Amino acid sequence: MCLAIPMRVIKIQDNVAEADVGGVIYRANLDLLPDINIGDYIIVHAGFAIEKLDVVAALETLEIWNEMSETVAEREAVRREGKR
Amino acid sequence: MKFIDEFRNPEIAAKISSEIRRIMPEKRLSIMEVCGGHTVAIFRYGIADLLPENLRLISGPGCPVCVTPNDFIDVAHFISRQKGTIVATFGDMMRVPGSESSLQREKSSGADVRICYSPSEALELAESNPTKRVVFLGIGFETTAPLIASVILSAERKKVRNFSVLSGHKTMPFAMKALLDSRETAIDGFICPGHVSAITGSEMFRFLSRDYHVPCVVSGFEPVDILESIYLIVRQITDGDSRVELQYKRAVRPEGNLRALEMIERVFEPCDSIWRGLGSIANSGLRIRSEYSGFDAAKIFDIPLTEITENPACSCGEIMRGVKTPPDCTLFGKICTPENPVGACMVSSEGACAAWFKYKKVDEI
Repeated sequence: MCLAIPMRVIKIQDNVAEADVGGVIYRANLDLLPDINIGDYIIVHAGFAIEKLDVVAALETLEIWNEMSETVAEREAVRREGKR
Repeated sequence: MKFIDEFRNPEIAAKISSEIRRIMPEKRLSIMEVCGGHTVAIFRYGIADLLPENLRLISGPGCPVCVTPNDFIDVAHFISRQKGTIVATFGDMMRVPGSESSLQREKSSGADVRICYSPSEALELAESNPTKRVVFLGIGFETTAPLIASVILSAERKKVRNFSVLSGHKTMPFAMKALLDSRETAIDGFICPGHVSAITGSEMFRFLSRDYHVPCVVSGFEPVDILESIYLIVRQITDGDSRVELQYKRAVRPEGNLRALEMIERVFEPCDSIWRGLGSIANSGLRIRSEYSGFDAAKIFDIPLTEITENPACSCGEIMRGVKTPPDCTLFGKICTPENPVGACMVSSEGACAAWFKYKKVDEI
């Protein structure tokens, strides 16, 4: 029921947006999310946009993962070093 | 694809998996996900194989079709048999067995049943068939309820009088509370539903973490999202903490989607609701307010009380309570398969049985 993937809005007519994901175009009703502009990413559930993707928050999450990943890699390197 | 592929990075997944192992306590932990989308992602990406052996994931009552009881399905069948009626439904309801039939069987016996991807299509169907009564089967959680509310409001605005909704909507927090109250299964943390929370806000789960001391993490749907959420839950446990954390910050705000919440409030009011496997739970459902009774199929049709039967051998209920896993069911994979499902958890692609059957190795079935 829920396409849990963000889609990029390419066209808006009245309360309906056309949104693109990997070249496939979906239509999404904007009644629950009126302040949408072309270029925004939206989360669509059963034909309705339910939330706008917060791009800054998305990049922050990726940043946290990268830092976490680097910390783990360093720890693993130290452990390997210790074993030698 | 942007904002998708980066969240599926296998190298980062491996690192977070190793971090979970590092901080994992020695005791056994059980973490429950209560969203069908998470269930599918967990199986699809083999998340369980990236976790320590003493960490168990349980699929809770998060699949809308699975928690819909036979009472609702039998009423849907009754409505589909009324003259001049079109039943419109999400596709995965078609094959769910009720007491004695399924919508698919009703359709093959002549009932007019149509599959809609969106509830707004059901309203369009009513507009283009003015001599028919179009009834939409409203199932789903807080994510779906505002869509239905919006469609009812538009039907009112457009004065479409032949459209109604049979509301079987449910709300998640009291079902999670009921699971904790029953103490039937140990639940050490909840992976909370991301898109339910996009509507309700993450704060909705606060009473669970506060009163039951269970960590709650609102999670996204990509594999690394889920791994990070599990990491955050385990970290809360080892810190002796229990609070609501928002992992899915890119789509969920603490206060939710206020416009959607306002629409739910306008059209629906809380009511007691029966969940498959969990029974009746106070205030866990949504019924249409009397101001909108003209759009309420439960009021429009004279629905008879009939005897409701469940297949006694089906373990859907126990599986959704985390008491059993699909292979514990004697029907699973033998009599009950996706091609010939006996229970709702095998019908819906979001059901634990269907996901287990599709993604687990044969020797694990």
